[in-house]
Amino acid sequence: MGYEAVKESFSGGVFPVRIGKEKEEVFGGENTLPFHKFEGEVPNRPLIAYEIQDVAPEEWPETVRTVYEGVSEDPVKWARHCEEELGARAIALRLVGTHPDGKDLTAEEAVKTVTSVLEAVKAPVIILGSNHVEKDSEVLPRVAEAAKGYNCVIGKAQEANYKTIAAAAMANDHKLIAMSELDINLSKQLNILLTQMGFAKEKLITDPMCSALGYGLEYTYSVMERIRLAALAQNDEVMQPPMLGDVGMYVWKIKEVQAPEEVLPEWGSVEERGILWEALTATSLMLAGAELLIMRHPKAVEMVEKFVDELI
Amino acid sequence: MALSGVEIFKLLPKTNCKKCGFPTCLAFAMKLAQRQATLDACPDVSEEAKKVLGEASAPPVRPITFGSGEKAVKMGEETVLFRHEKKFVNPNAFVLEIRDTEEDATVEAKIDAVLNSEINRVGQLLRIDGICITNESGDGGKLGAVAEKVATKAPEVPVIVNTESPEAAEAALKHFTGKGAILYGVTEGNAEKMAEVAKAHKATVGVKAEGLEALSALTEKVKGLGVEDMVIDGGARRAGEILEQNTLIRRAAIKKSFKALGYPVINFAQREDGMYEALVAGLGVCKYGSIVVVSSAEKWKNLALFTLRQNIYTDPQVPMQVEQKIYRIGEPTADSPLIITTNFSLTYFIVSGEIENAKVPAWLAVMDCEGLSVLTAWAAGKFTGAKIANFIKESGIEEEVSHRELIIPGYVAILSGTIEEKLEGWKVTVGPREANAIPNFLKQKVA
Ligand code: SF4
Repeated sequence: MGYEAVKESFSGGVFPVRIGKEKEEVFGGENTLPFHKFEGEVPNRPLIAYEIQDVAPEEWPETVRTVYEGVSEDPVKWARHCEEELGARAIALRLVGTHPDGKDLTAEEAVKTVTSVLEAVKAPVIILGSNHVEKDSEVLPRVAEAAKGYNCVIGKAQEANYKTIAAAAMANDHKLIAMSELDINLSKQLNILLTQMGFAKEKLITDPMCSALGYGLEYTYSVMERIRLAALAQNDEVMQPPMLGDVGMYVWKIKEVQAPEEVLPEWGSVEERGILWEALTATSLMLAGAELLIMRHPKAVEMVEKFVDELI
Repeated sequence: MALSGVEIFKLLPKTNCKKCGFPTCLAFAMKLAQRQATLDACPDVSEEAKKVLGEASAPPVRPITFGSGEKAVKMGEETVLFRHEKKFVNPNAFVLEIRDTEEDATVEAKIDAVLNSEINRVGQLLRIDGICITNESGDGGKLGAVAEKVATKAPEVPVIVNTESPEAAEAALKHFTGKGAILYGVTEGNAEKMAEVAKAHKATVGVKAEGLEALSALTEKVKGLGVEDMVIDGGARRAGEILEQNTLIRRAAIKKSFKALGYPVINFAQREDGMYEALVAGLGVCKYGSIVVVSSAEKWKNLALFTLRQNIYTDPQVPMQVEQKIYRIGEPTADSPLIITTNFSLTYFIVSGEIENAKVPAWLAVMDCEGLSVLTAWAAGKFTGAKIANFIKESGIEEEVSHRELIIPGYVAILSGTIEEKLEGWKVTVGPREANAIPNFLKQKVA
């Protein structure tokens, strides 16, 4: 019996999503499993956005905090640094300072930050709230309005607050991240609710919730694989938006990226450990189907881009 | 290819003698097809039938044992393409390459790196599983010398001998006779001689071809030479090719029961940049590599790769739970806060991660709630005041901490009263509802 390649083609595909104004980027758009160029179309590479914040990243571990020293106190400087020095293809601005337990910055302050960042860079901007359900539904509609015309991604809409956030994203012509917690049915349900209120499914990005390597990565990995199979093999349209891997935030808080080598000699250099942890979390999730990634360390981003070059 | 009951029936004696314990040969055949009976129950089956049925019932990816003794690694036996369908069976082996052109000191250092690579992570001992000795020099004497060094310093570590020269293979493999070594480098051109060497030393064969068609032909040829145990390489080196070949090999084996590719796959991930190399190795872990060869084994890299392998090879069907006990986060003392939550593993991961994030050492009491999250466990009556009180009393934590304050998740604030009632002398403090508020909560608490 001779060898015959078992190739698979699918009736469904992933929606391509185009973001940005002055400079545009497109991600998604494939009709095959992640990077399966040998049996389908993979028109776009995953998009990696550099994460910045409205307030200085005091909470970030040293490895990733120090690389932004001198620019990270000012979101505008920080955004420019990412675009001009690091070649960022997209910027993810997280309004973590608006969290009530933190600096509790107001929606007005958030609008100011967002507007100045949008004016400072050409690259597309992803605008993220502080992940506080109530505060996000107050802040995100305001910033979505202020960002009208920039074709941003707004996030994240969750089951508890999706209506106000989605309405604002829709009214101001942005794309929207829909997040639910590690369950394909919850993801599907939220996407259905969003489309029922008139939000175009082609403008959605599904966030099945990220996990770091060693901290539940396998759950995110498998939920992503299942969502992608639903999109391709079952041609399930509400599962066809591209997926987000919000990698940096989940990676740069775990023990493995912070514990110094003096304390845990068997873990080796903390610097390299942290950078690799972020990169490997990102590449694993890309292999499961993530097309939009939010990352922090420039060296990790650089390695992931190189890996994509090798895959495509 | 799996046979149907009727196809199997045609191969049986058809005497209905009942010696197998079934009323008819057909009934027995049906059970065989469902894998609820084994062929040896029929004493009269012909040799011919045994052969055909044996081949048809073999697992789609042949089981191979790499190495021998305690450090032996099982490979193959995989049954699915996606881990949510069913657990991936045998975790891949990580193998460190040592080239025979490297300085003595480097060779020694690499052997040490393998011997010292053991790390304990969530209860599992993980390590670099093997050494690949590569005949970069083309000189059999040099390869033999490195082989001898490895055999002396690391006699228990499984070894791959990587050469296309039968003479060099002999020089190296004689140090690993009967130890489950792999002789990699068997090609169309050298197959006969290499198979002889491998057989003489009871080694598994690593076959190498350009492309999967050539690879299938070669495994058939090697099988014809009397070698059954193989690992295979279709020549892929770039990440995109590795993904393609590994996927197509796994599909051919599982979806088509294509025997010629039903062997564990070996991937070569070596790169100049040792950190970048880990990403290519990670591709092998996620996507069907059974052996992943790397060029360096720094501790930080090992930890990341071992963790990935552990994640990918966990059983997706086992309820996601962690063991019930009091976990130490950081280095807690008698004054450190005590927090309780349920044993849903994700809850545990997130809560412990946030406590670490707070950089406030604490005691984390994880209570067995059959793997349910806080709210679901509470709703299901598994996370109740009485049960919590019991758990705290029996956990022995009263001897560890000098205070009597228990922090409970904000979602179950309602339990405060009952717990205080049942747990004499204790005060209950209601913590945040969401884990991401833990760092602030703890920092304020100890400030
Ligand atoms: S023992 Fe063999 S021959 Fe006898 S009934 Fe069973 S299958 Fe048929």
